[in-house]
Amino acid sequence: MTTAPTPLYRTIDRFGPHLVYPTGARLDAGVEPDRVVKTHCCFCGQQCGLQLVVKDEVVIGVEPWMEFPFNRGMLCPKGVNRYLQSAHPDRLLTSFARDDAAPGGFRPIAYEEAIGRVASEIERIQSTYGRDAFAVLSGASITNEKAYLIGKFAHMCLRIANIDYNGRLCMVSAAAANKMAFGVDRSANPWTDMLGAEVIFIAGSNVAECSPITTSYIWQARERGAKVIVVDPRITPIARTCDVFLPVKPGRDAALFNGILHLMIEHDWLDHDFIERWTVGFEDVAAYAKEWTPRRTAEVTGIAEDRIREAAELWGTAKTSFMLHARGIEHHSNGVQNVLGAINLVLASGRIGREGCGYGTITGQGNGQGGREHGQKADQLPGARDLADPQHRAYVAGVWGIEPDDLPQPGADAYTIIRKIDDGEVRGLLTISFNPLVSLPDADFVRRMLEKLEFYVAIDFFLNETARHADIVLPGSLQEEDEGTVTQVEGRVIKINQAVRPPGDARQDWRIIQDIARALGRERGFTFRSPREIFDELREASKGGVADYSGITYEKIERHFGVFWPCPVEEHPGTPRLFEPGSWNPVARGAGPFYFPDGKARFNVARYEPPAEDVDEEFPVILTTGRVITQYLSGTQTRRIGPLVDFYPEPRVEMHPQLAERYGITDGDWVAVESRRGRVTLRAQVVRTIRPDTVFVPYHWAGRKSVNLLTNPALDPISKIPAFKVCAVRLRRVEAPPAEEAPPPVDAPQ
Amino acid sequence: MPVPERNEFFIDPNRCIGCNACVSACMECDTHRGYSMIQLDFIDRARSPQTVPVVCMHCDSPTCAEVCPADAIKRTGDGVVQTASKPRCIACNNCVLACPFGIPKMHSEANLMMKCDMCYDRTSVGKKPMCASVCPSGALWFGTMEEIRRLRPRSRPVRTFRFGNQTITTKVWMMVPVDAPVDRVDVTDAMHEPTVGRSDAAADALLSGLWTAEGA
Repeated sequence: MTTAPTPLYRTIDRFGPHLVYPTGARLDAGVEPDRVVKTHCCFCGQQCGLQLVVKDEVVIGVEPWMEFPFNRGMLCPKGVNRYLQSAHPDRLLTSFARDDAAPGGFRPIAYEEAIGRVASEIERIQSTYGRDAFAVLSGASITNEKAYLIGKFAHMCLRIANIDYNGRLCMVSAAAANKMAFGVDRSANPWTDMLGAEVIFIAGSNVAECSPITTSYIWQARERGAKVIVVDPRITPIARTCDVFLPVKPGRDAALFNGILHLMIEHDWLDHDFIERWTVGFEDVAAYAKEWTPRRTAEVTGIAEDRIREAAELWGTAKTSFMLHARGIEHHSNGVQNVLGAINLVLASGRIGREGCGYGTITGQGNGQGGREHGQKADQLPGARDLADPQHRAYVAGVWGIEPDDLPQPGADAYTIIRKIDDGEVRGLLTISFNPLVSLPDADFVRRMLEKLEFYVAIDFFLNETARHADIVLPGSLQEEDEGTVTQVEGRVIKINQAVRPPGDARQDWRIIQDIARALGRERGFTFRSPREIFDELREASKGGVADYSGITYEKIERHFGVFWPCPVEEHPGTPRLFEPGSWNPVARGAGPFYFPDGKARFNVARYEPPAEDVDEEFPVILTTGRVITQYLSGTQTRRIGPLVDFYPEPRVEMHPQLAERYGITDGDWVAVESRRGRVTLRAQVVRTIRPDTVFVPYHWAGRKSVNLLTNPALDPISKIPAFKVCAVRLRRVEAPPAEEAPPPVDAPQ
Repeated sequence: MPVPERNEFFIDPNRCIGCNACVSACMECDTHRGYSMIQLDFIDRARSPQTVPVVCMHCDSPTCAEVCPADAIKRTGDGVVQTASKPRCIACNNCVLACPFGIPKMHSEANLMMKCDMCYDRTSVGKKPMCASVCPSGALWFGTMEEIRRLRPRSRPVRTFRFGNQTITTKVWMMVPVDAPVDRVDVTDAMHEPTVGRSDAAADALLSGLWTAEGA
């Protein structure tokens, strides 16, 4: 309904982002903490174990948790500084209603009044325009319990198809390809399997910055003699030390994988027995790979032919190996094909389902794995069940005590939901743990859509940039203010423990969701009294599904430092490694290790298509985007933590000296970067560590520093992931940011 | 429980990913509240993402202590060179200028030289230094010599360094490739004419920063 309040500086003055620094409370040797709580970091998918130090209901510091096996005390700077979000001055302590007369544009209101208003607006919109005129956008940084409850809330209480989550911007290409090839979507191995690998293949993953703890596994493997292949358009810190570096032209990964497969076939570096016994579809894949001669692969990918041969030989002749990939190959209009290409290399080698032979996508978000399993995804029901499958519908409807026909059909993906606002198909929106104005491509379009909404309610702990457009803001909970489970990068279900109570009138998110259901008069199924009760129902709802949690309990998780799903009964130890010979799963039922009725994995032709938007005369440079180590996603939390901001205060546009020279740009100059959708003006960082045809800008910033003003909202046809990693831009050296981009004067009149 | 004597500190710059976890962790130390005693730098960002974390090397004969006119810098019995003693430090900056590794920092608000004391508060109660606990790549590492030899067969630890004519042995070990030759860098080797008209001390000053390592 609304534009964001103006002037912006008043909203920032009231709601931030402000920077906080260590106060010294934790540092005072005289302070005896009230308690030290073993839990996990609130940021990325590694979910490092750590301990929160609590004094007077405030988290005052972090202490390494040396025993937790995944990270053994190791943390990145986000983990060390995460405690600074607790007791933050920007923290939302009450509910708010949009009011231009109020400071910053929002007036505190009573919680019950806010809930009442949300319920009546949902009712009004659904009765006036139909149920699906209301949509829910959720996140993958929340616990499994919350993700489950929100999916249930959308499907059973609101009965809407239009629910999706921000994993749509993250892991869905990998998820879709994994389901197509393996029938299941989870990293196939625990990370310890890297230690026995002769070759580690890292495709499109800036491991050191985006999954720092994984670095130590790779280093341990290298000490044991492993060779490392890195595919990336930039020399990232992990690429700096690798054995074979393949500087791929962004968006050409499927071509590279086909080129490597071509050489594997040519040199007979294949596991014929494995292919014969445990796979389907190799012939078609081989026929397609035939076209990908080293010469053609080199021409398309922009990688030297001898490097491609070197990588193919290393991979082809290895006895053991681990394939890792991440957003670099997934964030494409051809993202699923890229992932299928990587998986084909694994299947052709037969190196999976054994010790030292592994495969996995590196999940990005805190609960990127669990968040995509339990029903907050557009096409999904709990246990990684399909909303379109009659048997799956019947089972979950039974658990929920409703008729299968009461469940909606699969709905739209996150970006399509935003597009549906344009023609009035979607009129009302609830967001939680999602900041689409910063994280979705073509940010200016997203802003215009938010302004068209009739009603928008945001649940969050800080007023993020999207929530500035809300009619009602409900104060949710930080990770440390609630308990529950998350599922980390390896598929290990772990326990988040509550360290402090939500401050002020803030509530645990699951209570807020249930309060809305109650105010709607539809509280049946939404009367849980604790996350544990929600988890018990999740266990039941996931039972017999692919992502089976039914044998997992809170106590078992604590006892074993996490339990890997599938875990079908309480006596079951969990499944760290998938696809072991002779293993049982609920789809194959003993026919084979893969999750298809015949137990066999699927080769899929990984067809190369150029990026949806390629360079041309007008926009001659490729823009690719990604993360820096000190920020997390849209920065809602990390742009408020002083030491993290100081390490990398604002985005720069990274470019090769050859490219810089062409535009007369030197290091530190202001550069206007323009695409067909927008423009940002940033300082140049001139480095020889990036391809000369490509520039890189990290995406964590909002407003005029948001590179997503430029990115292309083209979606992969299967996964619907946006093509964040390639769009076409032009560059221009400028003297300063344009006047309208200057920050507001410090002493602006009140 | 005191930390066993045999735990030692190792720096493995090859592994550094520049994440700043050590710098952040150091700020959390009880003894220097919010200041980091670790310097993390890019070597040459225009050419490489290589970074190096610099912690105090804890020299056997600490130059910082030798040049201190107030005798404010003490070395403990187990070889840890400590931050200047507050009552003694006269904030003269001698140590800051003299340290060949560039470690001591002057905190002008406190008029006190501060430096890494190897997390004495943590190591004395059996914990690892905070930086070496959190380092996600093992570039900073704390443990026994046997362990690191077993875990990192491709590297060997060294702790003798030459700066011009000064040879320094340190408590902290630096990991170098196992087959790297021991070498001494001398700028005159690369000069057209040898240095003339300079004292050795002046030449040595020019060489600071061009340090190299010798095996243990």
